Amino acid sequence: MKWAFWRREQRNEELQEEIQAHLLLAERGAKESGLTEKQARHAARREFGNVGVTEEVTRDTWGWRWLFDFLQDLCYALRSFGQRPGFVAVALLTLALGIGATTVMFSLVNGVLLKPLPYPDPNRLVAVNGHTDGWNTKVNGEQKLAYLDFLDCQRESHSLDMAALVYNSGTLSAPELPQYVDYYEISSELFSVAHVPLALGRAFSAEEDRIGAAPVAILGYSFWQHRFDGRSDVLGSSIVLEQKQYTVVGVAPEGFRLSGDEPEVYTLVGQDPAGYLHNRAAQPVHVVGRLRPGTTVVQAQAEVALAGSRLAQAYADTNKGRSLQVRPLRPDVGDTGSTLWLLLGAVTLVLLIGCVNVASLLLARAVSRERELAMRVALGASQGRLVRQCLTESGLLGLAGGLLGVMLASVGLEPFLKFWPGELPRAAEVQVDWRVLLFAVGVSVLSGLLFGLAPAWRAPVREVEQILRAGARTMAGSSRRLHSAFVISEIALAIVLLIAAGMLGRTLLHASTLDPGLDIRNLLVLRVGLSPTTLADPARIPAGWQDVIDRARRVPGVESVTAVDIVPMREGNNQIGYSTSADIPQKEKLPMVLASSATPDYLKVMSIPLLEGRFFDDHDRLGSELVIIVDDVLAKSAFGGNEALGKSLWIPDMPCVQLTDAFVDCSAPYKIIGVVGHVRYWGLASDDQAQVRAQLYYPFAQVAPPFLRRWSQLMSIAVRTSVPPLSVVAPLRQELRGAASDQVLYQVRTMEQLAHNSLELQRFLLLLFGIFAALALVLACIGIYGVLAYLTGQRIPEVGLRMALGASPAEVMWLVLRQSLGLILLGVGIGTAVALATGRVLERLVEGMLPISLSTFAITIPFLVLAAMLASLLPARRASQVDPMHALRQE
Amino acid sequence: MPKHKERYQNRTEILQGTLDMLILQTLQWAPRHGYALSKAIRTNSGEILKVDTGSLYPALHRLERKGWIASEWKSSDVGPRLRVYRLTQGGRRQLMTERSRWERLTAAIAGILDPAEKENVR
Repeated sequence: MKWAFWRREQRNEELQEEIQAHLLLAERGAKESGLTEKQARHAARREFGNVGVTEEVTRDTWGWRWLFDFLQDLCYALRSFGQRPGFVAVALLTLALGIGATTVMFSLVNGVLLKPLPYPDPNRLVAVNGHTDGWNTKVNGEQKLAYLDFLDCQRESHSLDMAALVYNSGTLSAPELPQYVDYYEISSELFSVAHVPLALGRAFSAEEDRIGAAPVAILGYSFWQHRFDGRSDVLGSSIVLEQKQYTVVGVAPEGFRLSGDEPEVYTLVGQDPAGYLHNRAAQPVHVVGRLRPGTTVVQAQAEVALAGSRLAQAYADTNKGRSLQVRPLRPDVGDTGSTLWLLLGAVTLVLLIGCVNVASLLLARAVSRERELAMRVALGASQGRLVRQCLTESGLLGLAGGLLGVMLASVGLEPFLKFWPGELPRAAEVQVDWRVLLFAVGVSVLSGLLFGLAPAWRAPVREVEQILRAGARTMAGSSRRLHSAFVISEIALAIVLLIAAGMLGRTLLHASTLDPGLDIRNLLVLRVGLSPTTLADPARIPAGWQDVIDRARRVPGVESVTAVDIVPMREGNNQIGYSTSADIPQKEKLPMVLASSATPDYLKVMSIPLLEGRFFDDHDRLGSELVIIVDDVLAKSAFGGNEALGKSLWIPDMPCVQLTDAFVDCSAPYKIIGVVGHVRYWGLASDDQAQVRAQLYYPFAQVAPPFLRRWSQLMSIAVRTSVPPLSVVAPLRQELRGAASDQVLYQVRTMEQLAHNSLELQRFLLLLFGIFAALALVLACIGIYGVLAYLTGQRIPEVGLRMALGASPAEVMWLVLRQSLGLILLGVGIGTAVALATGRVLERLVEGMLPISLSTFAITIPFLVLAAMLASLLPARRASQVDPMHALRQE
Repeated sequence: MPKHKERYQNRTEILQGTLDMLILQTLQWAPRHGYALSKAIRTNSGEILKVDTGSLYPALHRLERKGWIASEWKSSDVGPRLRVYRLTQGGRRQLMTERSRWERLTAAIAGILDPAEKENVR
C-alpha cells in the first residue's frame, strides 16, 4: 500500500516535470518566433490549456483512481469527524448499541437455530419417525419407533446406517453414594453413525448388543470428568446402575448429545429385557440414520416408507395405520425459535430507529454544508463523486459503529446467556463466529448505507448558482419533508415496541391476579429414585411408595404428603383420549384430557377444592370399581351443564386394569366419583389458551403391576409443610434414603418456584421489550429534538419577521409545537397500524399472551406523545425567545 | 458552469481513435518527447491538425500502459530532462491494425461521398 502511494507520488512528480518541460520548450519556440519573454510564456500557457485538468485526466489513465479517491474521501471523512466529536460520539454510541444488540441476538439465532449439528457431514444425518393419523406432533413431539420395528428396518435398509437411542433414568448405586442419573440406551452403531470418535476406550460392538451378553457401559464425558476426575483407569472398572453391574469400556466424546442434556451413562438397548422394548405397541426408540455413500434422502425415504407399510401389514394388530418417515436430523430446540426470531425482530427495530436518528443528524449536517458542496460542484466535482464521498462518511461511521458493536456483543454475550430464562438449548454453541461477524459487517454496511443515502441524495447538482447566491438561510422543501419523514418513522417504530411491551406487561399483570387452582405456598415438589431392589419386583412397588410417603410424613414440619405422576406447571405430561359412551369412535378423534395418577392425600396436599362427591381413598384399589375424579373443566366439556357425578368415561388408553403385559385397549368404564377445581397446569398465563385443559385423576393404587415400574420413574412427591419448605429438604433427603440407604432425591423445587418459572419467558420478554421500548423512546425523543431544533433554527428569520409583525412568544411556541404535533400524530397513526399487525405476531409466538387491547394503546400512546412533545418544547421555547431585531439582521 | 469538464472530455473522445494512430505513426520513425510529438503532428499535417495537449498526455500515458509505446528520461541541452517515447513491437503491430482499419474506413466514407469514383475503382 505504502509502495503504491510512493509510486504514485513519484509518477505525479514525473508528470509535472514532463509538462513543465513541454511548457518550457513551447515558450522557447515562441520566443524564437519573435515574442517577448512574457508574451512567449503566456502564449505557451494559453496553447497548453488547463494544466491541472490535463494532469488529472492523465492520472485517470493510471488506473486505481477509485482507490485513491476513496482514500481521499476517507481522509476527508476522518478530518470532518474530528471537527465534530460530539456528533460522532452520539452517532457511534447509537450504532454500537444497536448493532451490538442485534449481533448478540443473531449469535443466539445462529448458534441455536442455524448451525448444523456438530458432527461430520451433518446434512447426511436423518431421523426416522413414525406417524399415525391424528398424532399431535405439537403436544407429543415426533412419534418414535418400537424397538422391534427399528430392528426390522435396520436389517432391511440398504440406504441408511441406523442407530437407536432410548432415554432412561435410574439410580447409579456404585461407586460411592447413590445418585439418580440420566442414561441413553443405545444400539451399538450410534457413535459410528454420528461419525464421532470416543474420547477414551472403545464403542460397543454388535455382538454385545443382545440379551445375555456381558453388561458394558460408556460414560458421558462431563460425568466422567466430575465423578471420576477424568481418570483413564476408569476403563475396566465397574458401575452399578439399576442394580445391574456394568463394566466401563469407554468415555463418550466431549459434549455429545442428541437432544436435551448430555447423559451420564450409555448402555446397550439390546441388553435390556424390559417389556416395552419387545412390544411393537410402545414406541420409545429415537432412530437416527446416516445416508450411505451414493444414496439420497429421497431413496432413503422411499425405502423406509416401504419398510413401514410392510410392518403395518405384517403386524396389523399393533402397526395398523402407522407409516415411517425419514426427515433431515435437526437439533431439538423446542419452541425457542419463535422467541429468538421475535427478539431479533425487536432489536432490529431499535437498530432502525438508531439509523434514522443518525441519518437525521447527518442530513442536518449535509444541509448546512450545502454551500460547500455547491462550491465543489462549481469547481468541477461530479455528482457521483459527492455521493461517493457522503457514502464513504456514513459507511465509515457504520463500520466503526459495527466494530464497537461487535466488541460490545462479544463482551455482552456471556452475561446475556446467563440471563436467559431456563435452559437455552445448544447454549454451548452460541459463539461469535464467522457467520456472526459476517452478519455484523453486513448490518453495519447496510445501516451505513441506510442512513447515508438520504444525505447523499441531497448532494446538490442542480441549482448550484441558486444555492451559492442564496446563502445558507433558505432551505429546500424536500429536506424538510425528509426530516419530517424521519420523525414520523421514529415515532412509528417506537410505538410498535411500546405496544409490544405494553401487551407483555398487561399479560403479566393479568397472570399475577390469576388463581393457580392450588395453594402454591409451603409446597415442596421433589422426585425420588425408588430403591432398585423394590423396583425390580412390581409387587413391592406400591409398598415402596407407601414407605416413602410414611417416612416423609415423619419429618418435622411436614403436614401431608402425596405421590403423583403429573405436577402442575408442566412437570410431566400424559394426555389421553376419552369418550362419554362405551361405543368408542376412532381413537384419533377422541377429545383429550390430562390424566394424572395420585395417592389419596393429593387434594389435601395441593389444597385443590373438592366441588362435588369425594376424592379417592384407601378403598379404591386394584380389583375394586374403577374410579376417576374430574375437574370442572372436564365436567363441563364432557357433559355440558349436566351433572357429571356418577357418570362414566371410557378411556381406551388408560393402562390401569389389565393384568397383562400387553398394551391393549381398556374397554371398562371409569366411574366419576368426584369433581374438583381446575388447576392451571400449563402455567399461570398459558393455561387459558392451552389445547388440552381438561383434567382427570385416577388412583395410583389402580395402576396395574406391569406398569408400576414405568410409573415409578415418573412419580413425584409433593410435600405440604408448616415451615418454609426448603428447610425440610435436608431431613427429607436423610429420611427418604430408606432402609437400604439407596434411595435418592432429585429435582427438588418449591411450587412457588415452579409457578414463578411458568411466567419466566413472559417476564424475560417484558424486560427486554421494556428496555428496547425505553431505548426506542429515548432515541425517538433525541431525534425529534434534533430535527425540530434544526428546523426551527432554519426558521429563525421567519420567526423574527413574525414577531416584528406582532406575533407573541406564545404564538411562536405554538407554531413550532403545532408542527411537531402534526408529525407525532402522523407517526402514531402509522405506528398503531403496524403495532396491530405485530401484536398478532406476538400473540402467535408467545404463549399465554392476552390479545392486544384498547387499554394498551390508551396507556402507551399518550405517554409517547407527551414525551415527544416535551422533546419539542425546548426548540419551541428557543424560538419564542428570538430577538426579532437580531434575527432580521442575520438575514 | 459545471459543464466545462464534460465538454472537455467529449473533445478527447472524438479525437481518441485517430490520435492514438497519429501518435504511433509519428513515433514510427524516431523516438520523441511530448512537445516534439505535438509539433511533428502539426507540421506533418500541414498545420491543419493541432493536437490538444490536454488529450496528448493522457493518450501517451494510456498507450504506455497498454505497452504500445515505452518511455525513458533523457537529459537535454535545453535544461530540464525530457521524457522520450518510442514505439514498441506491440505498438508496431497495433499501428498496422489501426492503419488498415483507417484505410477501410476512409475508403468506405469516400465511397459514400462520391459513388461515381467507387464505380471507377471497380
